[in-house]
Amino acid sequence: MATQHARSAARLMLAPAVILLLGWMLVPLTMTLVFSFKQYLPLRGGDLGWVGFENYVRFVTSSAFWPSIWATLIIVGGVLVITIAFGIALALLLDQPMWGQGIVRILVIAPFFVMPTVSALVWKNMFMDPVNGLFAHLWQFFGAEPIQWLSQASLPSIVLIVSWQWLPFATLILLTAIQSLDSEQIEAAEMDGAPWRSRFIHIILPHLSRAITIVLLIQTIFLLGIFAEIFVTTQGSFGTRTLTYLIYQRVLESQNVGLGSAGGIYAVILANIIAIFLMRIVGKNLDA
Amino acid sequence: MARAVTTQRKALNTLAAWTVGLLIFFPILWTILTSFKTEAAAIADPPVFLFFDWTTENYSAVMQRSDYAQFLWNSIVIAGGSTVLGLIVAIPAAWSMAFVPSKRTKDILLWMLSTKMLPAVGVLYPIYLLFIRLGLLDTKIGLTLVLMLINLPIIVWMLYTYFREIPGEILEAARMDGASLRDEILYVLTPMAVPGIASTLLLNFILAWNEAFWTLNLTAAKAAPLTAFIASYSSPEGLFYAKLSAASTMAIAPILIMGWFSQKQLVRGLTFGAVK
Amino acid sequence: MGRITLDKVTKSFGEVNVIPPLDLTINDGEFVVFVGPSGCGKSTLLRLIAGLEDVTSGQIRIDGEDATRMPPAQRRLAMVFQSYALYPHMSVRKNIAFPMKMAGLPEDEQKRRIDSAAKALNLTDYLDRRPGQLSGGQRQRVAIGRAIVREPSAFLFDEPLSNLDAALRVGMRLEIMELHKRLATTMIYVTHDQVEAMTMADKIVVLRAGNIEQVGSPLELYREPRNEFVAGFIGSPKMNIFGGNPAQQHGAAKIGVRPEHIAASTETGTWEGVVGVAEHLGSDTFLHVHETGLAETVTVRVDGELPVKHGDRIFLTPEADKIHRFNEQGLRA
Repeated sequence: MATQHARSAARLMLAPAVILLLGWMLVPLTMTLVFSFKQYLPLRGGDLGWVGFENYVRFVTSSAFWPSIWATLIIVGGVLVITIAFGIALALLLDQPMWGQGIVRILVIAPFFVMPTVSALVWKNMFMDPVNGLFAHLWQFFGAEPIQWLSQASLPSIVLIVSWQWLPFATLILLTAIQSLDSEQIEAAEMDGAPWRSRFIHIILPHLSRAITIVLLIQTIFLLGIFAEIFVTTQGSFGTRTLTYLIYQRVLESQNVGLGSAGGIYAVILANIIAIFLMRIVGKNLDA
Repeated sequence: MARAVTTQRKALNTLAAWTVGLLIFFPILWTILTSFKTEAAAIADPPVFLFFDWTTENYSAVMQRSDYAQFLWNSIVIAGGSTVLGLIVAIPAAWSMAFVPSKRTKDILLWMLSTKMLPAVGVLYPIYLLFIRLGLLDTKIGLTLVLMLINLPIIVWMLYTYFREIPGEILEAARMDGASLRDEILYVLTPMAVPGIASTLLLNFILAWNEAFWTLNLTAAKAAPLTAFIASYSSPEGLFYAKLSAASTMAIAPILIMGWFSQKQLVRGLTFGAVK
Repeated sequence: MGRITLDKVTKSFGEVNVIPPLDLTINDGEFVVFVGPSGCGKSTLLRLIAGLEDVTSGQIRIDGEDATRMPPAQRRLAMVFQSYALYPHMSVRKNIAFPMKMAGLPEDEQKRRIDSAAKALNLTDYLDRRPGQLSGGQRQRVAIGRAIVREPSAFLFDEPLSNLDAALRVGMRLEIMELHKRLATTMIYVTHDQVEAMTMADKIVVLRAGNIEQVGSPLELYREPRNEFVAGFIGSPKMNIFGGNPAQQHGAAKIGVRPEHIAASTETGTWEGVVGVAEHLGSDTFLHVHETGLAETVTVRVDGELPVKHGDRIFLTPEADKIHRFNEQGLRA
């Protein structure tokens, strides 16, 4: 619904954004794809020619591959379960009438704004340090032996740190969704004599299902790529080498670009599978 | 509709919510408190909570590090630059899609979103290589460009959802009144969309400020922002808790404040308008 | 000046043809109303004239000059939108000044025109307010003020009164008519309300599915509707249309009689029926008569004092020279 003039102006104004993003996507991705089929060692001879799918095979058959998938699954899965479960509980709590609701909201949201390197470092040193960390003091207070968090319980520690960062996100979105629930619906259910538990299961949870799905997908995409939290704490040791970190090490630390690129392509495919589901939901919403 | 509840119930809610809220906020609070302690008090056994000799020596110590101002400045330039640059590219694009939609608009929007989901690590080496070739490694310009590109989809999306709420008739009225496209965007659309543009700006500044993959991997000494500065405390300086806390507090304080202002828009921005 | 000519204008959105080839001439100083049910293409037609949409083919001339490809800004037309489309971030003064600012008029001339428009539209006290602080009627006046100051060759109104409440609508209707008398500028006015069309227009253009059904003065349309559609659309309450026997008696496929052209009596008449609902307006009473054998309901306008109520038997007699005859195609016979 516009004139030819407006339409051509629109195309012209859309062009820079599209061209930039197209370049940003295509150029590096093509390069990664090319590297992935090559034996490419920048510090040990550089481009050593085509090797077909060898990098892809080597990447998945290396001894580090399955542990990295395992670590990724535990971190992503653990954080998702924790943030969504606590997020729902917190959202329900924050939706209740209380004094100082605005302030509590702010307190709960705050961790989301903390720089990942800061939160990782604060947790690592000030909480999880086996000598001077607060947890060590707490354990000693109860007469227990302090835990070497980042080595003995490395994965749970990372899950804890990342969950702390992402809980606000889940809470905020779920709270927004709860607040859009028509309170008359709940009141009607109350009038019908539905106890709290069935009100939750039959009204609140279905209403939240879309928001939960969105939280699930968006967090998954971001969590698959977490980097700073591991970089600052364990550097991938003690079983915390995720797929992302493994690829990073292959590319920048051992400078095996071919192998790392093949891993990168796996990561792209994995992210795309999840992205497709997210796009479906967002796309549907766009029509409404 | 607020429902009537008993005072007792409300008190209980308040108690529960404040307890949880403070627990979640505690690591930040603890960091802020520690930043005012002496190094000795910071590792005191048992830990001291409030009753210690308050000092600002850690802040002066961090500020006196010759390079702190440089890191801070880099953060401001990179986060601010990438956001402003992003807005300049995104405003016309969002205008196009919101007011002159075509059959492809939806596909373009979703495709833009999909670029945001590209795992950074998958393109790390090519970008690294390109940066070396183009002389962009460890430069503010290079990092500004990358952060602009990774946040561009979010900027476009947020602006698009805000623009869609502006009635098209007003822009048509401007056209009838003799406004050129430039006038229309400059005098009518932009002022009307100021709240939306401001919250987009705020959220993207925050995201760029906190970005910690590219900022760690594409910088060394010259262009490194605060994310990298903090990461450098990883060891062994990190054992100086009070100084670490002071540096951390300074890195997160401006963003915490901005974040509190943008919390309403946050949901829209991060869910691409799917939850409002 | 403000003579607008549409020459074989068509408009399609993709495959959908909204306006088939259409010819129309609007003379300088005329008040023309486009009227028709929603979806008839009247707003699209107005937007084509405004230049907010491209014509698919054909030519639009303004004062003899080909304006088909002209951007809206160059057509010297001013438009008042249904939603008023005021700039919410500007004061009333700045809203009115905006087109002059775009045209680069000198400051003092801008001020002079704003003041005179504000005086004419009773807006002087509101010049420094924002549109959000005004009532619907005041916003409407600002939108008109913004149109006036440009001294356009024609005004375009797109259902400007549909967002106002009934009482205000009547007042604004008069104001717009007075404005037209004073400025004597061409006005094109789009509405779905046939009362507005009848009361305001010099010339009514009745549209249906993009086609012009009839063009004429309000009374021409009332007296001699060219077809069944125009007959039913113009006039309130609607004309009664009957087929079958009563129509054949008058040598037509269908006949139409307006409610005000039927006499009612409790004793004798041509047709007979039972009163369903009697709507008492005071001056008039509208009777909805059933069981006449003519149609489901026959509407009749009678004197306000006629003592009839639900269930009464009543006799109806049409005025013989006010019966409209239509053929099989619905065209006036």
